Amino acid sequence: MQPFRKHTGEVVPLDRVNVDTDQIIPKQFLKRIERTGFGEFLFYDWRFAADGTEKSDFALHDPRYSKATILVAGKNFGCGSSREHAVWSLADYGFRVIIASAFADIFANNSLKNGLLTVTLTEPQVAEIMRRAAHTASYRLSVDLEKLTVEDDQGFSATFTMDDFARHCLLNGLDDIGLTLKHETAIAAYESKHPVRPEMSAILPGR
Amino acid sequence: MAPRTLFEKIWDAHLVSSPEGQSPLIYIDLHLVHEVTSPQAFDGLRTNGRRVRQPLRTVATVDHNVPTTPRGLPIADPIAAKQIEALQKNCREFGVPLFDIDSPEQGIVHVIGPELGITQPGMTIVCGDSHTSTHGAFGSLAFGIGTSEVEHVLATQCLPQKKPKTMQIDVRGRLLNGVTAKDLALGIIGRIGTGGAAGYVIEYTGEAVRKLSMEARMTLCNMSIEAGARAGMIAPDETTLAYVQARRFAPKGKDWDNAVSAWQTLATDPGGKYDRVIEIDAASLAPFVTWGTNPGMVVPVTERVPELASFAQESDRRAAEQALSYMDLQPGMPMEQITVDRVFIGSCTNSRIEDLRSAARVAKGHHVNPKVRAMVVPGSQAIKHAAEQEGLHRIFLDAGFEWRESGCSMCLGMNPDILQPGERCASTSNRNFEGRQGRGGRTHLVSPMMAAAAAIAGHFTDIRNWRFN
Ligand code: SF4
Repeated sequence: MQPFRKHTGEVVPLDRVNVDTDQIIPKQFLKRIERTGFGEFLFYDWRFAADGTEKSDFALHDPRYSKATILVAGKNFGCGSSREHAVWSLADYGFRVIIASAFADIFANNSLKNGLLTVTLTEPQVAEIMRRAAHTASYRLSVDLEKLTVEDDQGFSATFTMDDFARHCLLNGLDDIGLTLKHETAIAAYESKHPVRPEMSAILPGR
Repeated sequence: MAPRTLFEKIWDAHLVSSPEGQSPLIYIDLHLVHEVTSPQAFDGLRTNGRRVRQPLRTVATVDHNVPTTPRGLPIADPIAAKQIEALQKNCREFGVPLFDIDSPEQGIVHVIGPELGITQPGMTIVCGDSHTSTHGAFGSLAFGIGTSEVEHVLATQCLPQKKPKTMQIDVRGRLLNGVTAKDLALGIIGRIGTGGAAGYVIEYTGEAVRKLSMEARMTLCNMSIEAGARAGMIAPDETTLAYVQARRFAPKGKDWDNAVSAWQTLATDPGGKYDRVIEIDAASLAPFVTWGTNPGMVVPVTERVPELASFAQESDRRAAEQALSYMDLQPGMPMEQITVDRVFIGSCTNSRIEDLRSAARVAKGHHVNPKVRAMVVPGSQAIKHAAEQEGLHRIFLDAGFEWRESGCSMCLGMNPDILQPGERCASTSNRNFEGRQGRGGRTHLVSPMMAAAAAIAGHFTDIRNWRFN
């Protein structure tokens, strides 16, 4: 996994609440069997008209935000379907950080596994960032995971919290399957006390 | 020992390790796998030279992509066919049992787990699908995960998990006639909001919940995720045991007796503490219909589309405005005047035999409105056959409903069953998000009875006034 320490980049505001993963990546793009190449389908139905032409009024197509790597949105971002494709499409499109006042659990988990940082700030802080992003040309934020801060160069400054272990993994780009496998003794001990039930062996064809 | 909740008992029993400074590692008893969220996970195993640690704790089926036209026809969509083939190949290579497209056990993953007796009380269950919460109806801890976590569980049979908080939703009194578990779920989400239970595991308690059948409990737990909850659960009782006993993969003989003794200890102890408690008066609930683009945007069928001024928060008001524009509805419009073009009875929320029976009871002796196209998609092959044994398919077909093969179908429209732009649908599924059932499609969530009634009337109508034949 790509480690995350600090990132400075331009900000695009997506002023909507409850942005669900069906919007982030519509189902017709879930049929790929790879992890890559989802960026072009990000927010597809919001970005493109039915005939495939770009909708110029959607924030991601606003030339002011064309270089954005930080997305700021309303509460409950990433709700709905568990599809990790949503995170892959955001990351593939070039986003490194999503800022919102609340995230759906599964989305936040999926983000962690892919080095995409989700930063939870208060509603007034999110509103302030959106206001600044809408009114300042090339509005930039610096997000520092070591110091747990979000800052711009016009005096905005906020701190956020994050689970220590999740932060440790992100900072170091750790593969958590590898970490879990370090507990092999404990896993094997658990399994010897809790064997698979005999009925289940009948589930395999040919047994 | 201090009194514990149902959730805490299952959590404690599955702790493999609580390493200092890390998330606790919990053991996963059952991992359900389907074609859409697994290919990248199996690929990851291959890249890293890992195997599936516990193939017999892993069960796969195909549901999301499969066409609901007669089995045996080739799959028209080549990309869907490729994804289904990828799962077949992965299951073969890694030794994972698969209920394939032509198998009599095939069905929606959350329908077949319980139906086959694979889902049992006290288990930890995960699946790369958010509606895994369904299995909590059996008093198990069941939650949806992303593809990276699917890979994690395949490789280690464990997951590092931050311990969630607990919420009790205590449903007092009894549901009135015509008010179903679906309406209860919608009523709860309407009250606490789509993010209202984020970070929590819900335990549903109270007289109204105890009275629910297993099918209805599954509907209720299924929708927990739509309130943002990690999982929903209901303590096992006689209803649970009666459902599980004698199912194909349920424990047998002495194993059954031992399992029952263990399951009977799962209920929350008197004095068990929840982080949050919500009380619901069952008798205050009515049949609900959603008007917007998330399941929390919901009102009783007898009411009107809300006025924008009724939203206290600016962000909610704007969301409502966007939703009404997408749904092409005006504030103040009576819900019963909204006409529908399509009706979908199916999905892991409402495609079980009891759902089909209740819809058939409404449909019997009536005819689908000529302007409406209505389809019934059973949740599994087993349900389809059971319904045909009972003659339910005759009632539906005579009334003008389509009777299809099992799968997720129009719940998410990954197969050819989709809405056309602008079409309005009464749906028994769980999500009314923009474009969920097809780009530009407009979804209203309802119970199976309300969906069948809308198909016949051509518009939403209060099931409590229905003329049953
Ligand atoms: S029926 Fe719908 S919600 Fe259920 S598993 Fe299938 S796609 Fe997901």
